[in-house]
Amino acid sequence: MQLSYVSDGPDKVVDIRGRMPAARRRQVAPNGVIGTLLFVMAEVMLFAGFISAHAVAKTTALSGWPPPNQPRLPVEETAVNTAALLLSGAALAYAYRVYLRDVRRARVPFLIALLLGCFFVAFQGVEWLSLLREGLTVTSSTHGAFFYLIVGCHALHAVAALIVLALQYRQLLLDRLSPGAFAGAQVFWFFVVGMWPVLYWKVYF
Amino acid sequence: MAHPITEQQAPHGHADAHHDDHHHEQSFWSKYVFSVDHKIIGMQYMFTGMFMAIIGGFFAYAFRMQLAFPGMSVPGWGHVSPAEYNSLVTNHGTIMIFWVAMPVLIAAFGNFLIPLMLGCDDMVFPRLNRLSYQIFLLSAIVLLASFVVENGGFGGAWTAYPPLSAKAEYSLTPLGSTLWVIAVALEFVAFLMGGINFITTMMNSRAPGMKMWDIPVVVWMIVLASILFMLSVGPLIAGAIMLLFDQTIGTGFFDPARGGDPVLWQHLFWFFGHPEVYVVLLPAIGIVCEIVPIFARKKLFAYKTVLFTAFATGVLSFFVWAHHQFIAGIDPRMANVFTVTTVMISVPLAEMMFVIVATLYGGQITLSVPMLWALSFIGEFIIGGITGIFLGASGSDIYFHDTYFVLAHFHYTFFPIAIIGVYAGLTHWYPKMFGRMLNETLGKIHFWGTIIPFNMIFIPLFLLGLAGQHRRIWSYVNFPELASPEMQNLRVFATVSLVIMLLFQLVFIFNFFWSLTRGKKAGRNPYNANTLEWVAPSPPGHGNFAEMPTVYRGPYEYSRPDRDEDFWPQNVPAESSSS
Repeated sequence: MQLSYVSDGPDKVVDIRGRMPAARRRQVAPNGVIGTLLFVMAEVMLFAGFISAHAVAKTTALSGWPPPNQPRLPVEETAVNTAALLLSGAALAYAYRVYLRDVRRARVPFLIALLLGCFFVAFQGVEWLSLLREGLTVTSSTHGAFFYLIVGCHALHAVAALIVLALQYRQLLLDRLSPGAFAGAQVFWFFVVGMWPVLYWKVYF
Repeated sequence: MAHPITEQQAPHGHADAHHDDHHHEQSFWSKYVFSVDHKIIGMQYMFTGMFMAIIGGFFAYAFRMQLAFPGMSVPGWGHVSPAEYNSLVTNHGTIMIFWVAMPVLIAAFGNFLIPLMLGCDDMVFPRLNRLSYQIFLLSAIVLLASFVVENGGFGGAWTAYPPLSAKAEYSLTPLGSTLWVIAVALEFVAFLMGGINFITTMMNSRAPGMKMWDIPVVVWMIVLASILFMLSVGPLIAGAIMLLFDQTIGTGFFDPARGGDPVLWQHLFWFFGHPEVYVVLLPAIGIVCEIVPIFARKKLFAYKTVLFTAFATGVLSFFVWAHHQFIAGIDPRMANVFTVTTVMISVPLAEMMFVIVATLYGGQITLSVPMLWALSFIGEFIIGGITGIFLGASGSDIYFHDTYFVLAHFHYTFFPIAIIGVYAGLTHWYPKMFGRMLNETLGKIHFWGTIIPFNMIFIPLFLLGLAGQHRRIWSYVNFPELASPEMQNLRVFATVSLVIMLLFQLVFIFNFFWSLTRGKKAGRNPYNANTLEWVAPSPPGHGNFAEMPTVYRGPYEYSRPDRDEDFWPQNVPAESSSS
């Protein structure tokens, strides 16, 4: 038997073709936010893989960690940098809260978040240069290889997120930034910010 | 480029090619090659996967011929050198898992079925979906390219254990192994995008009225598989990056001489690799769960039990990986833990099998081609599952490890998944995909011509494994205790069976293409099924439904005593019941 179509209904929301009822679907959260959260979930597992591998190498290292002939990682300077990144996350969270009430007032905290993020990446670049001068390279030891691998992978994520934030800042200045896009980018930036203290604790100490 | 409305307003806003007069005719390229339509992307995944299956099958033919008739020039290939043999077995495994089982079971069926079964007109991220296929295609091209570079394709087994995979002086395939890692990594990126799409679509785009427990099992299974994939793939990508660095820039992550650890790779690989088994298994079980109620005309027994057991399988699958390392130097106390978890995971899976058998009980069973495939899935998979228990126990695994017993065991799990599950799904949804029915007689010839030789290949391999025959050996001539005529006869028997099975696949290929134009017209709902894809035209046009459906009940209401008809589609309201 052929089935007949059912057109039910109290609220006739119709799509551009006049089909029923397209828009009545209930969304758990905006698509962009769910998509980004799922992506972040996979990314967290990526870093979990790196961290576990690092922990295995560290605990089984015969000549100590870091090896005697290798430089110490700059724990204190990086503490300052960690604070900068956390502040950046807080600034973006504040920007989003303000944005929901008054789009224009979000510009300053958004810019602060963006600049602090750039500071974090630049500071790390400077740190890397001095470590390279002191003889810590990817091939000098497993310690060096893990350091550049894990911190570099995080830095790549930070750079990607900052590019997105910079593009969104332009949209914000033009009053064109949509709440869904902002929320999605915010989720990703929180991942970059939130991941860092874990990496700092696991890799630097 | 696709129509701009499609791009910007999908999934809920775009036009239906069959009904909208204002819709522009799309060119061949935008309709079939750069499409954002989930059905076309599903087909792209399916045809790419089937093409790769032909290559994977041909590889199996070449190395099985070498094992049966060592040193002989294989027709269609030539002399198989030891290096070629290694490359053939490695890439047979790689292709069949990553370029056949995953793209066809998850990506092809997921793309085709999820929006249709949920009653929406496309995925929530159609352009991400297109990118997913394009990256997948690129990964396939990179893998194929790795076979023809200098020194040939990678030969360090599909598990790529270092140091063999990490150093060119051991693998002897400097370019082949690097391309292999890159291809696998690209493929994961593609499935990550696909998985994000599947999960978000299920959460946000269901037809009005479709509650959590009204979602068809196959959609649940594909979504659960995507979640498992996304949670498990991270550590392997981490390992793959480390392996790539070891290969190319001279780090020593897996080199013990430099403070690295080769067993670390095994853990990172199998942390992904074992959940991966369930990533491909769950969609196959989902397909069986869709077919059996339709051809038994009976409600799926214990729908929620199926889902809860699938959740349990998913959780447990993250705690079994180290049974692959029982002889790799694992602490025996740890081995005990993993023995227990591994044996435990057979409980939810056995329960799923019981649920399917219980669905059959008292039903009006039609042995159609999809039903035959679905039933054979249960029978064959149980053999794979039960032999797995011997391998999960660390004591017996010490003997069985890396023998043909292991090989036959996992072929009894993967063959039901990647071949039987795919044929079940393909023969079942072919009418919906192409609008015509497959020929039943040819379908049955193909079914028996595949199932019987399949068992004739792998039962001898169980026996060879029990006799101690190790895997990944090019020729047994130099192993006197393995070169006896009795053992060689079993190898020849298995190889001849393989050739017979491969030849019977031609029947399917003929049936597939012949039925595209000559098959009986299918109509909307040839099986009197309940789920929403049967409400759409066959094949569904762009936008799927002429009128978006509303859902009133679960997907398996068959043979209800209070109704005249033995089915009750999800979108038919109760008051229009014909009782």
